[in-house]
Amino acid sequence: MSQHHILALFNNFNEAEAAVSELRSSTIKGFNFDDLTMKSPIEHPEVESVLGERSANVQWFTLFGALFGGITAFALIAGSQGNFFSQLKGGKPIIPIPPDLVLTYEMFILGGVYITVLGFLVCAGLPARRSKLYSAKVSEDQIGLLVKVDQAAVVTIKSIFTKHQALEIQEEAGK
Amino acid sequence: MEKDIRESIEWAKINGDVLKSLESPRPLFWVILVIALSMFGVGLGCEIYQYQIGMGVANLNNPQVWGLYIATFIFWIGMSHSGTLLSAILHLMHADWRKPIYRFAEAMTTFSLMTAGLFVMVHLGRLWQFYYAIPYPSERWVWPNFQSPLLWDAMAIFTYLSSSVIFLFIGMIPDLAICRDHLHPGWRKSLYTVLSLGWEGTDRQWRNFRMTYLTVACFLIPLAVSVHSIVASDFAMSQQPGWHVTSFPPYFVAGALYSGCAAIITLFVILRYVFKFEEYMTLPILKKIVRLTFAIAMVWTYLNAVEFASVWYSHDEASKAVLIQKATGIYAPFWWMMNFCGSVVPFVMMIKRLQTNIPVMFAVSLLLNLGMWLERWMIVSPTFSHGYYPYLWDNNQWPTLVQWGIVFGSFGWFTLLFMGFCKLFPSVSMYEVKEMVYHRSLALKHTERNLAVNATELAEKGAH
Repeated sequence: MSQHHILALFNNFNEAEAAVSELRSSTIKGFNFDDLTMKSPIEHPEVESVLGERSANVQWFTLFGALFGGITAFALIAGSQGNFFSQLKGGKPIIPIPPDLVLTYEMFILGGVYITVLGFLVCAGLPARRSKLYSAKVSEDQIGLLVKVDQAAVVTIKSIFTKHQALEIQEEAGK
Repeated sequence: MEKDIRESIEWAKINGDVLKSLESPRPLFWVILVIALSMFGVGLGCEIYQYQIGMGVANLNNPQVWGLYIATFIFWIGMSHSGTLLSAILHLMHADWRKPIYRFAEAMTTFSLMTAGLFVMVHLGRLWQFYYAIPYPSERWVWPNFQSPLLWDAMAIFTYLSSSVIFLFIGMIPDLAICRDHLHPGWRKSLYTVLSLGWEGTDRQWRNFRMTYLTVACFLIPLAVSVHSIVASDFAMSQQPGWHVTSFPPYFVAGALYSGCAAIITLFVILRYVFKFEEYMTLPILKKIVRLTFAIAMVWTYLNAVEFASVWYSHDEASKAVLIQKATGIYAPFWWMMNFCGSVVPFVMMIKRLQTNIPVMFAVSLLLNLGMWLERWMIVSPTFSHGYYPYLWDNNQWPTLVQWGIVFGSFGWFTLLFMGFCKLFPSVSMYEVKEMVYHRSLALKHTERNLAVNATELAEKGAH
């Protein structure tokens, strides 16, 4: 069955939230709630209460990046110092831990930041081509709800959007 | 109580005002740009001359090996801390008044770090050998000294600069998407299209954006502290009189936050006028920065006093001699000026009606930064002119015009980069200002509703 994309624009968050709540509570054949995307000009943390828990996995990238950066830095520094094993060190340690920790700390942060950003790009699906159903009003002051539905559900979805005072509804027939 | 921002401001107007700043600033913008370009030209000319002739033209010698270059390097590193303070620390503290002003503070961080990095090169003299500081595997297996604070410095600054650029860029993505959507077709639109990475403001993007921004902010705070502590270690880990002081790292960090805050006030005043941001960079916000700056000024004054007291009561005669020489020798006017600007001038900020007086605060912020620049110079030069050995005593050095010219040029370079950034990218965060307006209007509605409920309840009680 062919899939359709529908984008509805709302004047404010409350109207969009009401539409999402109704979509969530009703069972519509040919519509999966996970295929609903909310587009907004600002971050709405309260959106999670209506959209449900959706995961953000950036923190795992951060953990990996920070550990990777720190461990790699220490290994490289210690490795380069270990190169002097054959030389006399005058009683001083070949691999002095406290001063090495300074650069390990810096690289811990550097690795953490870089890989966090990589994680952000991966998890947020960026960079991406803009979808065809996009309105510049979303980056101004309107809330957009984008759904992917089967042909059979198009009319019902549109009526829900209209009921909640959607300002504009765009539709695109997909594959 | 005055409001930080008007809650009823329309979101479309926020977009419009900020986008207008990218296209039509006041004519003063071009005046500033020309002045900055001229200053940069002077600095560049001096650097070319020094490059051709050698470091002798800067009057750097043994023992006066550092001079203005390193003093100004520390000054610019210090300035960079403002962005971290406003973006990261105040972000974690949920101080939403920072939202209209944090973007330019972040840009300031980036450009002051870039300026500071130039001073390392200028000081190096042999520019073409800067790569000696990079730990690359050479055929002789010779590595930099990983135990040296100078190498820590190079690494810390690189980490801080690249993290700051990333932080600035990530925080700007939603605004770049606004620019992409609302500007007329042209090279700018193409640039914003590429840089906005296809941002559409989906819930998935916002969710990950929030997590990323918070995480990078958490990394930046200890990083900023470590960077200036490491710069302080360049001094404190040596045995030079006047430098081997335990309190140097916190003293440097406080000084950095202080000069950064003062610079925020200076740039706040300039941007507010040049880009017509009176609606966003409001007087109540200025008042908050002024109060914050005053608090940091007092911390710095305290740590300054601690430093003097530690030297005075330590019975370290060489350090004591340096301190006496600072207060009575050739550097005395600058040392007293530093104390006056850094510890006395901030008391103007205590006067309530002056806290929102723009010309006064502009002048005060410039004086504070003059004091902070002098502080760095007074840390570097007097120690070299009064070391442990008698042959070093009274080895005073006055910087040549080449040194002054390069320092002067660095301000032009910074201004050029900063003003260029503000003309090319939104210097007020549109989406964060919208968030601020949204949350404040919700809070206002909530308060009004509660008041109405209370009034109804009271009326009902009265009826009974």
